[in-house]
Amino acid sequence: MKPIKIILFLIVLFSWFHPLYAEDVSGRQYDDIDVGEILFGHVGDSYGWHITEWNGQHISIPLPCIVRSSSGWHCFMSSRLEHGHTYEGLYIAQEGKYEGKIVEHSQDGTEVRPFDISITKNVASLIFTAVLLIILVLLTARWYRRHDASQEGAPGGFAGLMELMIMMVNDEIIKPSVGEMHYRKYAPYLLTAFFFIFLCNLLGLVPFFPGGANVTGNIAVTMMMALFTFIAINLFADRHYWKEILWPDVPLFLKFPIPIMQTIELFGLISKPFSLMVRLFANIMAGHMMVLGLVSVIFVTVKLGPVINGSMTVIAMLFGLVINCLELLVAFIQAYVFTMLSAVFIGMAHQGDAHKEIS
Amino acid sequence: MNLMLPDTGLLFWMTIIFAIVFFILAKFGFPVITGMVEKRNKRIEDALSAARKAEDALAHLRQEQERIMDETRAEQARLLQEAASERESMMAKSRDEARIEAASIIAEARQRIQEEKESALRDVRREVAMMSVSIAEKIVRKDLATEKGQMELIDRLVSEIKEPNTPDVMN
Repeated sequence: MKPIKIILFLIVLFSWFHPLYAEDVSGRQYDDIDVGEILFGHVGDSYGWHITEWNGQHISIPLPCIVRSSSGWHCFMSSRLEHGHTYEGLYIAQEGKYEGKIVEHSQDGTEVRPFDISITKNVASLIFTAVLLIILVLLTARWYRRHDASQEGAPGGFAGLMELMIMMVNDEIIKPSVGEMHYRKYAPYLLTAFFFIFLCNLLGLVPFFPGGANVTGNIAVTMMMALFTFIAINLFADRHYWKEILWPDVPLFLKFPIPIMQTIELFGLISKPFSLMVRLFANIMAGHMMVLGLVSVIFVTVKLGPVINGSMTVIAMLFGLVINCLELLVAFIQAYVFTMLSAVFIGMAHQGDAHKEIS
Repeated sequence: MNLMLPDTGLLFWMTIIFAIVFFILAKFGFPVITGMVEKRNKRIEDALSAARKAEDALAHLRQEQERIMDETRAEQARLLQEAASERESMMAKSRDEARIEAASIIAEARQRIQEEKESALRDVRREVAMMSVSIAEKIVRKDLATEKGQMELIDRLVSEIKEPNTPDVMN
């Protein structure tokens, strides 16, 4: 009974306060709200880092744009392109194939995309995460440099927490998945991947400034992560692994005139990192979408009247709370799954040695 | 905006940023931590095994001590028993010796008494002989003081010589 009472109380409370707010904003921005734009605007990338809106003014941090167009390199702050301004022939496309990206007019009048390595919101967030991660890990490492681990006990406080997580990933994921023989070589990469993804996921859940960017929910980021794993799997793979792909133990007609098995194996080779890429991207993306969608419910229902809007606000907030807690879990699980699967794939590329060890 | 289309700029920056992070953390971060933790774990394991060894040694020592105690106790019991039997035998032996000694002393004493007695008897006999001789002398002297006496004696002696089978009256 009690939670229901609280919810009812909140609904009534919001219904009472709402008319003032609804009058103030209704008929202006919130009447015809485009949820799709809000959602994609938040999960997508942008040239400036939009922080908030204050008295109708957008407050955003301008970020450097680095573009190589037909007229050479251009380097400027994103604030120059705000509100559809054109700078040195470059502007942000409002619609079409390159919507939201910097484009320029080519000779024949069509919009073309220049080579664009701007520090976008996601890149800035990546840099922030990278710096934070380096600081966190090096602080922990500093404790070990300053203390003689063979004389003293375990660290407490922050270093202890970091050690707990690092050793959890090292001993529970990497060691059993890669195998005792080779895990040392891959542990730094897998640990870096785990903490990088985990920190990006967590920062993505923080709704205000240094966080909030949808980094690991961006396909480019997960694609690179998957590519690194692909390299880690195949670069040091043993002969046994390549033999399984190029000349598997199957009847000859399956592999000689037409390389059927080889094609299948090749698909397997590529689908492994591909699944890693899509899994991480889709999970984090979906999480952001859900939270944003639930928040949008509050604004969408404004025109349906104060009572519905008030009650929907309470419901949306409750659901948002639940989803956010779930996303915290997902942030960890996805980092865990990415690391574990990478480790398992790497371990599979070293089975030959294991066979030799056993026999 | 296509979410499934990776952006070149982001790919570029992601590669660089992740490579830098990986380089720094793989060189100065994680190996230091995992290495130290492994070292510490090894130390703890060593300490544990050393403690186990010490415990074993202690248990062994205790066993040894127990064994030595038992041995000592057995030795003590044996020594006590030995001493008792020794005393027993010594007492028996000395008793025997004393008995033999006493017997020999008694025998000697008896013999000496016998000798003393014999010598005393011999003395007495000699004395008696001397006395009887002197008495006989005195009697003879008195008898032979007269002619008649002398003659009688001669006669008797002669008769005696004549008839040696007749028992000696004189003795």
